[in-house]
Amino acid sequence: MLTNTAAGTSSSKAMLLVLADGRFPSGNHAHSGGAEAAVHLGQITNANSLESFCRARLNTTGLVMTAVAAAAASGIDALLLDDAVDARTPSPSLRATGRKLGRQLLRAARATWPDTSLDRLATERPHGLHQPIVLGLAAAAAGLHREDAAAVSAYETVNSPISAAIRLLGIDPFEASGILARLAPELDAVTARAVESSERAERHGITALPRTATPLLEINAEWHATWQRRLFAS
Amino acid sequence: MHLYHEHATPPPHAGSPKHTRGRHSALRIGLGGPVGSGKTATVAALCRSLNEDLDLAVVTNDIYTREDAEFLIQEAVLPPERITAVETGACPHTAIRDDISANLEAIETLENSGGPLDLILVESGGDNLTATFSQGLVDAQIFVIDVAAGDDIPRKGGPGVTTADLLVINKIDLARYVGSDLEAMANDAKAQRGELPVMFTSLARTDGIDEVAQWARQQLHLRSRHTV
Ligand SMILES: Nc1nc2c(ncn2[C@@H]2O[C@H](COP(=O)(O)OP(=O)(O)O)[C@@H](O)[C@H]2O)c(=O)[nH]1
Ligand SMILES: [Mg+2]
Repeated sequence: MLTNTAAGTSSSKAMLLVLADGRFPSGNHAHSGGAEAAVHLGQITNANSLESFCRARLNTTGLVMTAVAAAAASGIDALLLDDAVDARTPSPSLRATGRKLGRQLLRAARATWPDTSLDRLATERPHGLHQPIVLGLAAAAAGLHREDAAAVSAYETVNSPISAAIRLLGIDPFEASGILARLAPELDAVTARAVESSERAERHGITALPRTATPLLEINAEWHATWQRRLFAS
Repeated sequence: MHLYHEHATPPPHAGSPKHTRGRHSALRIGLGGPVGSGKTATVAALCRSLNEDLDLAVVTNDIYTREDAEFLIQEAVLPPERITAVETGACPHTAIRDDISANLEAIETLENSGGPLDLILVESGGDNLTATFSQGLVDAQIFVIDVAAGDDIPRKGGPGVTTADLLVINKIDLARYVGSDLEAMANDAKAQRGELPVMFTSLARTDGIDEVAQWARQQLHLRSRHTV
């Protein structure tokens, strides 16, 4: 089945599901998207506060990463985008995590969609690129469009803390699915904004990408990285 | 066994985890089994026994600490740069089976930074009896259980007990204190595993690892025959 895109061409819906599937083996399961630190600080205690946390993450750093994924999928230079993500990620641990997840996604993507440009990236950047950039390039290798890459990126922004919170707090999994469904219109809205800014970035340069941030997530991440005992890597 | 052929055939495409492995990459043996059965003790003893003539490295998958890695570093069984801890996000079986990317990355980093290795031991975070390693991660797997957790575990079976390339039943020095019937365990294991090997060990004894170490050497030998 094919979906329509802004450009009027179509991409495979089934292929999009392969990339978006939580079982796609790209290392995400070991990361909580900031949820573990937030749970310990009492910032997430139940389904309601989990939903607020997700909404905040989605509209700040989520929007940035989603726009970067869209930009990478549309062919904007990956190395420039990598600098742009660095500049938008003050926390050194979050930058390291972003690259680690990027390396792991690149491994999975190369195995799934053999592609010379992905191979080249692996050789040129053995230490990895930030995850949303790889996501955009993987989407392109899979024949998907920037809208698709952005949708997956936005979804991951909230899905990661939600599945971590299920394990950390025993949040009712049905309630968790309800949160995802309630957030769906906002996910679509963020995806649309991200696609627009990636189009602006094509015309005016990457400074046109969004710069919204959540300082608390960055601070929490630095603290979380020092823990001796934790369930999630980030 | 299943995995030894793959090195003889050319990869169908570049990029998948297995196919990025060079001809001279190290043999990988996974160690799985419940918490406390003696996986880390087995890894430590194997390293001591094989260290002299083989280049070894270890990847641990602790559940929420770096304790296994730190224990191995403290015991000085290998230099610290040969030991890497992988974090598993509260799901140790996912990290060794469903999504092996972090473990593969740890293995590659060890191989690329420390010169050619002969053998890499991958210890899983203690898990339940259904946790087994992906074929994409290891070449062979050892499942470690112990007599003190009850002598009915071999009878209950489960993928670890029935399919692992080697079943180790550890802590036999404790059998008489906990009333475990070793003969019944051996019979049950035989019924579950057919011809697959089972070894009874006590790591309280200094020579307790010898038979397992011998088995590991045999795996290396089998593999080198298939790669030339
Ligand atoms: N008596 C006895 N204790 C053992 C033996 N093997 C391991 N242990 C002890 O059992 C405990 C758990 O071992 P460990 O290797 O950490 O288990 P793991 O969780 O499977 O890695 C430690 O205190 C070990 O010293 C054995 O053969 N006999
Ligand atoms: Mg252990």
